[in-house]
Amino acid sequence: MGELGLASKYLPILILAILVFVIGLSMIIVNQILGLKRPYPEKLERYECGLPPSGEPRHPFSVKFYAIAILFVVFDVEAVFLYPWAVSFGKIGALAYIEMVIFIALLLVAYFYAWIRGAFRWE
Amino acid sequence: MEAVLKMATPWLILILEALVLLVVALLHVAYTTYAERKIIGHMQQRLGPNRVGPRGLLQPIADVVKLVAKEDIVPSGADKSLFYLAPFISLVAGATSLAVIPVWEKFALANVNVGLLVILAMSSLSSYGIILSGWASNSRYAFLGGLRASAQVISYEVAMALSLVGVMLMAGSMNLSEIVKAQVASPFKIYAIPQIIGFFVFMVSAIAETNRTPFDLPEAESELVAGYFVEYSGIRFGLFYLAEYFGMVVMSALAVTCFLGGWAGPFEIPGIPFFWFLVKLYALIFFYIWVRATLPRYRYDQLMGLGWKILIPLALLNIVITGLIKVLV
Repeated sequence: MGELGLASKYLPILILAILVFVIGLSMIIVNQILGLKRPYPEKLERYECGLPPSGEPRHPFSVKFYAIAILFVVFDVEAVFLYPWAVSFGKIGALAYIEMVIFIALLLVAYFYAWIRGAFRWE
Repeated sequence: MEAVLKMATPWLILILEALVLLVVALLHVAYTTYAERKIIGHMQQRLGPNRVGPRGLLQPIADVVKLVAKEDIVPSGADKSLFYLAPFISLVAGATSLAVIPVWEKFALANVNVGLLVILAMSSLSSYGIILSGWASNSRYAFLGGLRASAQVISYEVAMALSLVGVMLMAGSMNLSEIVKAQVASPFKIYAIPQIIGFFVFMVSAIAETNRTPFDLPEAESELVAGYFVEYSGIRFGLFYLAEYFGMVVMSALAVTCFLGGWAGPFEIPGIPFFWFLVKLYALIFFYIWVRATLPRYRYDQLMGLGWKILIPLALLNIVITGLIKVLV
């Protein structure tokens, strides 16, 4: 693939994504051609095990989900920090290790705080 | 004319390679569904599919034909554009990760330096498909399933991302081919032995990432009927199904690459350079199916507790220990 240059190393990912999309789309088109079409109001209603649907479908949900989302952001950023550190670990040595242990320890403080305050309690 | 041909050739080769990879992967995905039904059938003292073709071997094709011929129902209250978009996001994000997996030494469709990051990014993207389908369906079951699924996927995403740091520490690279080469050169030949904690965390979170039993709460057919894709029918449902199995194949392939030595094997098989890769891949897919047949579903609080209170601390501990050993040795 030398002829395509360095920047196009990522091109195959895009090509594969487009191919997958095209295959999915063509399946849906075939479905539109072959599939039955006999809609009536009851069929188009949302599914609640055969009973008439009741209430708002998008009702308010627990604040726990937000807490998880916030924690996810914190920990995912941590993982992003860890990646370049891990890859270049062989070159930067023991000092970087100590620094990273301090970083993880700081994060653990926040982690245990969240734990004590019940962020991981789901009863 | 010749100049144009000469310019177009590498592109054509690239597209052809991608197409071959995709077709082979689709075959694997289709026959994973067959293998799953057959193996679970035998584990439960049943025969599994055996009507379509010899030993039911044509069952996946019959399934696709059936789904394609079904009515495509879009519920009246649905947000149409998001409803149409969601399965594509799941499918494309699930299948595109295959591009960076090195199937053998000389073939990875995209041999990029940040292969691991690409896979993690794609598995994050696939949760968009889940959230959007749950939201767009305008249905209670779908909404609850989507919420649960997204919380579960992002929780285990963290554990998975952290479990791979140990591999990067040992290999000193995020390029998947480099990781395999470093693994083959290491004393144990595979990272699953020195990275046993990381391997464990990765396997558990991979099962949770792909929403499979015992972590299939988003689907939980006995309580949420099918979770986020309950309102989907016809081949749109089929696309979600495909995406789930693609996820399983990709996660198994990633585990093979990062922990089990990729294409390397105890001895060379002449003519089939990807022989060992496939053997390990099938073993892991069998493991997934076995787990599904063996373990009952977790409760939601147990699931979140396992992810946040056990797997993430374990993964962090693994990083600290791996780093310490690397400093000392």
